[in-house]
Amino acid sequence: MRSDTAILVEGLHKSFGDVRALRGIDFDVRRGSILGVLGPNGAGKTTAVRILTTLLQPDAGRAVIEGRDVVAAPADVRRIIGLAGQSAAIEGELTGRENLEFVGRLYHLPRPRCRARAGELLERFDLGQAGDRPAKTYSGGMQRRLDLAASLVAEPAVLFLDEPTTGLDPRSRIGMWSVIRDLVDAGTTLLLTTQYLDEADELADQIVVIDQGQVIAAGTSDQLKDRVGGDVIEFTVPDAGRRADAARAVSGLSDGDASIDESTGRVGIRIGRRGSEALIEAVRLLDSAGVEVHGLTMHRPSLDDVFLALTGHAATDGATPAPGRRRGRGGRAPRGSPPGPDAGEVGP
Amino acid sequence: MSTATVSVPAVAPPAEDRPWTRLRWAVVDAVTIMSRNLLLWRRTPAYIMFTVIQPMMFMLLFRYVFGGAINVHIPGGYVNYLLPGIIGQTCAFTSFGTAIALAQELQKGSIDRLRSMPMARSAVLVGRLGADLVRLAVTIGVLIATGYAVGFRFENGAVPAVLMVALALAVGLAVACVSAFTGLAIKDEESVQAFGFIWVFPLTFVSSAFVPIAGMPGWLQAFAKNQPFTIFIDEMRSLAVGGPLLLHAWQSALWVAGILGVFGWLAARAYRRV
Repeated sequence: MRSDTAILVEGLHKSFGDVRALRGIDFDVRRGSILGVLGPNGAGKTTAVRILTTLLQPDAGRAVIEGRDVVAAPADVRRIIGLAGQSAAIEGELTGRENLEFVGRLYHLPRPRCRARAGELLERFDLGQAGDRPAKTYSGGMQRRLDLAASLVAEPAVLFLDEPTTGLDPRSRIGMWSVIRDLVDAGTTLLLTTQYLDEADELADQIVVIDQGQVIAAGTSDQLKDRVGGDVIEFTVPDAGRRADAARAVSGLSDGDASIDESTGRVGIRIGRRGSEALIEAVRLLDSAGVEVHGLTMHRPSLDDVFLALTGHAATDGATPAPGRRRGRGGRAPRGSPPGPDAGEVGP
Repeated sequence: MSTATVSVPAVAPPAEDRPWTRLRWAVVDAVTIMSRNLLLWRRTPAYIMFTVIQPMMFMLLFRYVFGGAINVHIPGGYVNYLLPGIIGQTCAFTSFGTAIALAQELQKGSIDRLRSMPMARSAVLVGRLGADLVRLAVTIGVLIATGYAVGFRFENGAVPAVLMVALALAVGLAVACVSAFTGLAIKDEESVQAFGFIWVFPLTFVSSAFVPIAGMPGWLQAFAKNQPFTIFIDEMRSLAVGGPLLLHAWQSALWVAGILGVFGWLAARAYRRV
């Protein structure tokens, strides 16, 4: 293990009866960085977090947090971690301040320290005004912030956030993101699970993609996007008769063929990471072929594209069907195993 | 993997691992959880209604609606017969709160949060049972006070009266362990509540709590005579107003010890596995 590894996970297996929630996952997280664990509902994310936070015993494999094994030394692990789960684990009848002081007392902090820490955290999470109101009167975003504050009372070195923004409105989500970024700036190591691709893209230094209990890809956001074939140049050819000519004209930009969507007239081609040079080249090629085109754009693939390419299905349940162009190269059929419920995951 | 040591910034100081220190922290943590639970109870008026006012209402209803139609031959008449029965029933009803609260905490994820902290793992369960025992003691106090207002009297002296309350609390703790187990095993608030009604109502009504067993059909008498609530309630009644003590005393002790042992163990196991 490298000396700057904060979380190390090797060959983790966990089954609940017949449901194989984790089928051998490996990853590691550098100290002071954010790992995004990305996957759909039931992928095994929550099971992994529960093992890492000593709430569940793995069937096989090992997990080490800052040099402490979660199975051999769970008490040592609990002293250095914080956990904020999918739902706000706070007491609605208690005020925000009382909730935080209660957590401090269970960490055996002296009373004055509990009070001071509660006050600090309320200010830091923009709850100072609401600190003495019962938490049940808080908005969803405020409750999540209070819950996150509760996980930070004892200044954990490693923080686990299980779907911290699930169920929040867009404004509250962006608020949570900035809070999370500040945490890592302060040196905390963070493992964050999410089913939102934009969230992983926005926050995570490294991403592991989990599907059906296995890590199917790992890397930075850019590396994952490269696996889908990098940037895409797209344009519309209004004249249906010229679309094939246009596709042929730009085919030199890539190893693969351009795709044509006949219903919309959109032509797209993946150009790797050649960037604007490829864009200029495309304009030149189309011009010399004499094809009239509209709406020429270049964009980076989203993590949605990545997920679809890696797994053959969309990232979120009930997501809108991806446009045809996205079913490009690298896509493969969904795995044959039956999609069993993940006993460790609680759906929203 | 190399054995490189890792320096960890800003962590809680390692707690002492000596047995006495651990025991002390286990008690401190349980008291922390208990005081939080009692604070929550006091802040929820509907909950106070359910846990304190309802047993009082039951007692007044039985005392004035059914009391005139039920003939019992004990000193002081039906109100003296009734109060130990109501207290026995309250021991069972109070345990609904134990089961429901644990199921709610599981669903809300607050038990996960607590279990990921370096506190004593026993504290959630012990603190919950402790708070529910305090709640039961308050309810019994209110019941006895109400009883005195409507004619109830301890006829057997102060020490047996105190022993009656002690037995009620012991029964309450044992039944709370049963409920804690059902709450942790079933995990769903509504199902926990429905299941609670299924076992609590027959056990408390098919007993000597409200009417003498002699008036029940023969097949029901066989069950009513031998089930633990009759034994507990008969013993409490003997302590309160006089009557045979010894037989029911050791039977009560065995039942309480048995239920505590079996369901205390089951509840602890269910808690470790959630």
